[in-house]
Formats: sequence, C-alpha cells, structure tokens
Amino acid sequence: MTVRDALNSALDEEMSADPKVLLLGEEVGEYQGAYKISKGLLDKYGPERVLDTPITEAGFAGIGVGAAYYGLKPVVEFMTFNFSMQAIDHIINSAAKSNYMSAGQISVPIVFRGPNGAAAGVGAQHSQCYAAWYASCPGLKVLTPYSAEDARGLLKAAIRDPDPVVFLENELLYGESFPVSAEVLDSSFCLPIGKAKIEREGKDVTITAFSKMVGFALKAAEILAKEGINAEVINLRSIRPLDRSTINASVRKTNRLVTVEEGFPQHGVGAEICASVIEESFGYLDAPVERIAGADVPTPYAANLERLAFPQVEDIVRAAKRACYRSVQVAATA
Amino acid sequence: SDTTLTIETSIPFTAHNCDAPSRAVETSPSELLTFYRDMAVMRRMEIAADSLYKSKLIRGFCHLYDGQEAVAIGMEAAINKKDCIITAYRDHCIFLGRGGNLVEVFAELMGRKDGCSKGKGGSMHFYKKDSGFYGGHGIVGAQVPLGCGLAFAQKYSKDENVTFALYGDGAANQGQLFEALNISALWDLPAILVCENNHYGMGTAEWRAAKSPAYYKRGDYVPGLKVDGMDVLAVKQACKFAKEHALKNGPLILEMDTYRYHGHSMSDPGSTYRTRDEISGVRQERDPIERIKKLLLSHEIATEKELKDTEKEVRKEVDEAIAKAKESPVPEPSDLFTNIYVKGYGVEAFGADRKEIRATLP
Repeated sequence: MTVRDALNSALDEEMSADPKVLLLGEEVGEYQGAYKISKGLLDKYGPERVLDTPITEAGFAGIGVGAAYYGLKPVVEFMTFNFSMQAIDHIINSAAKSNYMSAGQISVPIVFRGPNGAAAGVGAQHSQCYAAWYASCPGLKVLTPYSAEDARGLLKAAIRDPDPVVFLENELLYGESFPVSAEVLDSSFCLPIGKAKIEREGKDVTITAFSKMVGFALKAAEILAKEGINAEVINLRSIRPLDRSTINASVRKTNRLVTVEEGFPQHGVGAEICASVIEESFGYLDAPVERIAGADVPTPYAANLERLAFPQVEDIVRAAKRACYRSVQVAATA
Repeated sequence: SDTTLTIETSIPFTAHNCDAPSRAVETSPSELLTFYRDMAVMRRMEIAADSLYKSKLIRGFCHLYDGQEAVAIGMEAAINKKDCIITAYRDHCIFLGRGGNLVEVFAELMGRKDGCSKGKGGSMHFYKKDSGFYGGHGIVGAQVPLGCGLAFAQKYSKDENVTFALYGDGAANQGQLFEALNISALWDLPAILVCENNHYGMGTAEWRAAKSPAYYKRGDYVPGLKVDGMDVLAVKQACKFAKEHALKNGPLILEMDTYRYHGHSMSDPGSTYRTRDEISGVRQERDPIERIKKLLLSHEIATEKELKDTEKEVRKEVDEAIAKAKESPVPEPSDLFTNIYVKGYGVEAFGADRKEIRATLP
C-alpha cells in the first residue's frame, strides 16, 4: 500500500464514520488534491464536506479553527507546510492555546495536514521541516508518519483526537509502497499518539528518526550490520508528545545515540532528544551524542548543493561509527 | 404595564448594497428599563476595574468598554444564546451580556479560581461557551476568521443561527478579515462582521490607518450598514436585520459608530491623540445610558428618583461582587498543568526546573 492510499483511505474511513469530519483546503476537491491525497472524496462526500478554498491560508485556517470551536472536526490541508506560515497564528494562538485559556471550555479538535520538509529541486521557500517549530508549542500534538501503516494509523488517531494536531507528511513518501497487515487495513485500526515504534531492534547504537529519515536510518542500519554494528532504529512517529521513555530505554541499552532529521540543526528535534538523554541517561552514555540534521543553510536549488543540504545514508553510517569508536574516513572540508 | 412602544432611531441607517431597515424600533417600557440597568452595570463594572487596576489587583493588560455599552446590549436584545459572539480583547461587557456574572468577571481579572477562565485567561480571555460566547481573543483581527468558522459550523450543522464577529476599526484593516469575508461570501455563511468603530486603533485615528474609514462599505460585494452605535435601539434594529439577512443571504458588515471613554488600555491616558473636549462632547451629546435615561423620563416610565435608586443598587451589586471575588482563592499550583490538552495521554510536562516540578497530563 502506498502512503498516498493509506492517507486517502484513512480520511475516507473517518469521514464515513463521523459526519462532523470535513476536509478543507486548496485544491482538495475538484482538482482531487494537489498531491491526490483527497482523490475521490468530493464525489463521495459532496461539496459540503470537501471544500475548495481560495489561496488564503490565514482565512481558511482560521475558519477551520472556529468550526472546531463549535464542535466540528475539520481536517485542514496545507498544500505544503511552507504555506502554513501564513496561518501560523491560528495554529499557535487560536488552536493550541484556547483549551488552556478557557480552562477547558473551548476544545479544538482539528487536524492541520500536508507535506512537510524538503521535496526535490523546489528551492529554499518550499523545502523546510516544521517539526521543531510546531513541536515547541504546548497545546499542539505533532505527528510524523513514515510508512503506510503510520500514515493510516496516525491520521485516524489525529482525526479522532480532541486536541489540535499538526500532521506532517512527506511528499517524497506519497508514492512509496509498504507492506501492510490485515490489521492495518481494518477500519478500526488506529495508532497511539505519543508512542515511538522500534523499527529495528539492535544493541550497539540507537538511531532516532522521523518521516522520510526513518527509511534512511534503516538503510544505514543495514550497511552498519554488514560491518558488525547492530543498530536500533526508532521511528519517533510523534514529535509532541515525544516518547522520551522509549528513547531513553533504548539508549540505556545501546549506550550510544545518533539523532537524524531533515530540519535545521539549531534548536531541532535532535537537540531536544539529546537534552532528554543527557538529563535522563547521562550515566549510560559511552560516547558523545551524534546529531545528523539538515545543513544550517536555506535550501539551495542545484542538485549537488541540495544533496549536501540534507542528511544522506552515508552521513548516518559515519555518525554511527563515530559513536561506536570505529575508525571513519576523515571528513571532507567544504 | 408592558405596552409596545415605537421609538425612532437617533439618525437614519446608512446602507451599502442593501435596503436599510426602518428607523422605527419596537420596544417596551420593561425592555428600556432593562437596557438602562444592564448598561449601568457594565459602566460601573468597568469603572471599578479601573480602580482595581490602579490599586494593583489587576495585572497586565486591561481594556475597558465604557462608552460602547449600547453595542453589547443592543446586540443581545436582537439575538439568542444559540447565536454565537466572538470578539477581541475588549471583552468584559460582551461576557456580561451573554449572561456571565460579575463575580466571574472580577475573579478572572484578579487571577482567581472563581474567574470565568479559572484565572488562566485574564482580562482578554473570557469565554462562555454554554451561551455562545467564544472569547476573548488577543491577536488583533484573528477573531474574524474564527467567527466565520463558527458561522460555517452553524450552517454545516443546519442550525438556524448566526455568528457576530466583533472587531475594532484598527482590526478592520487586517488582511485576514478580507480573506475570511471572501470565503464567507463564497459559501453564504451566516456571519455578521461587526466593526465597533470607536475611531481610534490604540492611538491611531481611523483616517490615519484606513484610506477609506467607511467600514460598512469595505466589504465591497458584501452588504453593509452604518449604525449609531451609541443608540441601543438602533443597534437592536440593525442586529435583528442582520440576523435575518445573514440566514438568507450570507455575510453582512455592521459598522457601529461608537466611542470609548477610557484610553485603549490602562497604560493609555487616552488624551495624547484626541482632545478632552472631544471626549466630554461625546459624553454630553451621545452617551448611550443618558439617551435611555431621557427616554425613560420623557415617556414617564421611571422617575429621576427611581433611576437614582437603580444606580445605587448597581453600585452595591458591583461592590458586593468585588468583595466576593477578593475572597476567591488563587488557582492551585497544580492548575499550571491542567487543560493543556483534553487528552494528555499521561505524558509528562515539565516546570521551569524539570527535576523539581513535573506533572503527568491527564
């Protein structure tokens, strides 16, 4: 099953199960979704529940939040999360804080979803990961699916959740296929929010990753295995709440940690994981924590530069070896 | 006896892209008496908040509504509690109009447990969801798309109700207002945008911030009505008209020509950008409470003495509410971690020193 079909079927099933669920955003209806995630939903649920909006993010995100105040369960699609910057005030100030400010009177059951992070060759304004941005805000939940199972289970969980959820997909994963079990295909399937998944068990080094980087981390683990390093790969799935206990339990076992993300390094998800491990498991660490992240630059267009701007499998392999005190080639100087 | 009275509005409505409602407003002696009393409570409450602020019992921002009471009261007279209201931070009197009580107001202002937001919202974040009041918003203009979203949900749910989204003349220039209005018009949402034009966005006069300060016309393709916002009967008539219009035809803009006597907030004496003569002129000629008082006297519904007695009662009511609010305890330290989520999944949240203070979210 592709991630696209997983997301589409999750939306379809939740819309079918609950008449309060609706989808709004740019091109979600007649165009069938800019990335075809909402394909067929307009035909099935009609224009009252699948709403094409003008290209005015602050307006339609605010309308979505207001509808959630009233008790509907809107799914707001951003064509990409880069455009959510036009509406970030409604995500942070209108959605995340209302339940707190009203002492529980105004809950906000809304999902903001769309592709996040770098695509291919689209330059600086269309290639950015917002996981760390949104995950820094209490009141929000931030989910980052990797596989088809994640996409289905987490999107269904997000729609059913009574709080505002930022759901960060990845354009480059939409077309990727993953094997899924019968359980995953069942319409009752749902994943817990705030729980990471150990994608691969290992004992020598822990690698944390989310979204597309989980695939890279798994590839790195295969390469490392050939060299006798048995890596444990954690798919974070949820950035807020962050599953600190799974991460720390793993580090206490492997005594080594590599964090991987596409986002900028400063104040990133890796930085938070690193802090958590230092706070909770300092005595268990046998090596400095390694952080693999997007380069600290706006994303360049040229293919060779773009490649340098984001983590590659070999970066993860190298960092893991460093953490295991295996000799590595001297890094090239830029 | 409660007979029907028909009273003409102070001035005619000015309409944009629609036919103005009649100037003849139906009311009754008891309604006029209620208007008088309710506006007097609001006035007294805000003046008391001013003193509490000055004696440092209220912290932070505090935006007072005195002068603008006719908008809150007239609007309520035309609608019911299934209609929604959402506003910005000048929200104390809107909350009261929706049925909130004085103790909840003062307790919230003083950061106490019995406040309408249990002391966690403060002056700018009052809510009363059970009677259709959705806050209390601190970011200028953001409440307008939120209000259109409430209207969307009313239409989606097939509830025959409307939403009044209030904003000031300052917020009237915000881009997101036009985004939300466009969508509301495209989707025929029962949204009424109420511009409370008190003529100054903080200290910036309307004409210094808006190329066209005719806010009722600023919706272009959306009809609008300019209303004397100091005349509670005109406000009532306009809101009744607006509700009927919105249910049939979609959004409408109501520009309420009003005035705030206080400065923008407590840090603003309100006198550097306008003259004292201007303020006292409005008080003498257009005050919403005085207008109703004159009607009550001229129609012999009440005597001077009865109105004086009402004022005394109101004063007492406000003083008692303050005393009661002062007795309310401050929130428990553990309330720091409540209501962050509806469903917290038992994850940990941290205090400033996470080794010292952490909580499990319910």
